[in-house]
Amino acid sequence: MEQLVPPDHAGGVAPRRTRRVGRALAPYLLSLPSGLWLLLLFLVPLVLMLSLSLKTCSPSTGACVMAWHWGEFSSEMSLYHQEFITSLYFAAAATVVDLIISFPIAYWIAFYGGRRKNFFLLMLLVPFFVSFVIRTIVWEFVLSNNGVILGALKHIHLLPSGFHILGTSYAVMAGLAYNYLPFTALPLYVALERIDRRVLEAAYDLYATKRVGFMKVIMPLAVPGIFAAFLLTFIPMFGDYVNQEILGGTSNTMIGTVIQNQFLVTLDYAGGASLSAILLVVALLGIFLYARLLGSRTIEQYL
Amino acid sequence: MASATQKAVGGTYMSIGATKATESKPRGARGPGRAGRIANLESADVEFINVTKTFNDANAVDDLNLRVEAGEFFSLLGPSGCGKTTSLRMLGGFEDPTKGRILLGGQDVTNLPPYRRDVNTVFQSYALFPHLNVYENVAFGLRRQRIEKNEIKRRVGEMLEIVDLPNYEKRQSSQLSGGQQQRVALARALVNQPKLLLLDEPMSALDAKLRRQMQIELKRIQTQVGITFLYVTHDQEEAMTMSDRLAVMWHGRIEGMGTPKDVYDSPTTEFVASFLGASNLLAGSIVSTSGSRTTIAIDGGGTIVVPADHVPDLGGSTAVKVGVRPEKIGILPADAVVASDHNSIGGRVRVSTFTGVGNQYIVETNLGVEVTAYAQNIGHQLAPRSGDEVILSWPVEHTFTVKPLPTTVEINETEGD
Repeated sequence: MEQLVPPDHAGGVAPRRTRRVGRALAPYLLSLPSGLWLLLLFLVPLVLMLSLSLKTCSPSTGACVMAWHWGEFSSEMSLYHQEFITSLYFAAAATVVDLIISFPIAYWIAFYGGRRKNFFLLMLLVPFFVSFVIRTIVWEFVLSNNGVILGALKHIHLLPSGFHILGTSYAVMAGLAYNYLPFTALPLYVALERIDRRVLEAAYDLYATKRVGFMKVIMPLAVPGIFAAFLLTFIPMFGDYVNQEILGGTSNTMIGTVIQNQFLVTLDYAGGASLSAILLVVALLGIFLYARLLGSRTIEQYL
Repeated sequence: MASATQKAVGGTYMSIGATKATESKPRGARGPGRAGRIANLESADVEFINVTKTFNDANAVDDLNLRVEAGEFFSLLGPSGCGKTTSLRMLGGFEDPTKGRILLGGQDVTNLPPYRRDVNTVFQSYALFPHLNVYENVAFGLRRQRIEKNEIKRRVGEMLEIVDLPNYEKRQSSQLSGGQQQRVALARALVNQPKLLLLDEPMSALDAKLRRQMQIELKRIQTQVGITFLYVTHDQEEAMTMSDRLAVMWHGRIEGMGTPKDVYDSPTTEFVASFLGASNLLAGSIVSTSGSRTTIAIDGGGTIVVPADHVPDLGGSTAVKVGVRPEKIGILPADAVVASDHNSIGGRVRVSTFTGVGNQYIVETNLGVEVTAYAQNIGHQLAPRSGDEVILSWPVEHTFTVKPLPTTVEINETEGD
């Protein structure tokens, strides 16, 4: 292309150059709004949060001064490591539950949904059009001691009258599992949906039974999707506090609850910020692990 | 006994021919192989008996009766949507026939799932396993049959040798070119030593040059391994180059079947005449038959003589179409004397096109129809220019007759299926 254009001569230089400069700038100009958006609403708060974790704040006024207080992280960890472990446990358990529940759903929609795939996906998502908090409060009703389920079961004497779920770890995990189900189901669906059916046919052609085809073709090809689903579910669950607040008791505090308390109740901004920073590192570690194991390109397909 | 036989003949493909000659198992003999699979290594014949496949009330395959002999390279040729791929998929076990039966080596396989059939397929898109390397792709079928490890290694190595991809074992399929992927797909199917290999337009993704190369390669491999190949394509040249026999399909039915030469030289229907190569077709009606010659009056005037045994059953009607291939037509000067036992039409050259290997002429005949003639570029014939008066002449035995289509039906030669 370049060779076909005759070289510039003195007369024609000026207008062509400005046009070239404009063309070279175009991609930057086009990305300016989203770049600014990211800078102001994402990067700046992140830096503020990270710097806040190194400041010391007056408990009475709430005013913070930069003190490069790196000890904040270790002291917060020694104070709240139990809550970290609880969060880790709840989030991991609820994520596994979600994977177990969503896989058959996603599999069925992807392979047997036919022309109504989108309808089934919509049905899966409909409950999640309702606000997060309201959904959780409804779960509080559902799980309440004399509510729809437990009340009925107690009435027919299948459960002892003292039995309760609300306030236990199970209630928190159930709430987490319910609230984050789409984050698991959708990446799984995408992974299963994109498996080339002809590849599956090739497996059957090569003496694979349905079961072997599932184990040797579908599962290996779904692995990136399973991992993406795990990350997408686990990371937000890890920092979640609403479920524990509404459905949990006092003994099973999650780290999200601690952070929320520090910011809104005890006004320990530095502490909350440093715990948030630790959460961020955990999330980044997960994504880093994914990229190392499965390649960074596969992430983009799901996130 | 059967397992011993399997081991003895499970060797190289080069040895199969010898095994076949000495062993001569009865066709359809059923060994107790794994999961009831038929465990003999001969190639099998295939039979479609009154097979119909209906999708949404439309017949994709309409009462198909077809017999492919063991060891034959057979092609199903036709435009997109003619039912050729559906036929192949029913044979592979991916579609169930709505009606009819399919026999493989004399055994009814109509309701067997794909993994129970001694048939392997090379898919149009190759369908290589993206998560496995070349070695594991080729070994997939062998592993499912629980073949011993060293045996798998030996057979995969040998097969990659045959398809000319040695030392590619560790490559991922995404790192291969189209031609290489196609050869892996071929190796992956052939390594199982099936009785029948199905090929679903395996060359459609290759460029023209590679395609020609692979055609020769595929024919070589088929001769080497000696098993039945059922090849589905819309490319007539491909089908004619490789096939022992071929069937031209249209609207779920077979329109013509035979050796490529027979089907090309004596097409039996108007569709075959126009789909397979180029044809000049002139509408007319039968006037009389005397001896081995039938005389047909062409609608625009004049008569053409055809061999009587080439006239199809017209079901009482006399309406017929007379055809001749462009390359069979000789172009003579207007004052030439036409040889005996030749048909001839006078006309004027309208377009003369030099195509390198020859000249193509479009001649406006005295009958009011245009006729295309083709002369090879061998330098010593008449080379008329447009406007010249000429006589077109061709031997009577190169004239064929077909039953005209009921109405004017569009015959398009589109890609894909």
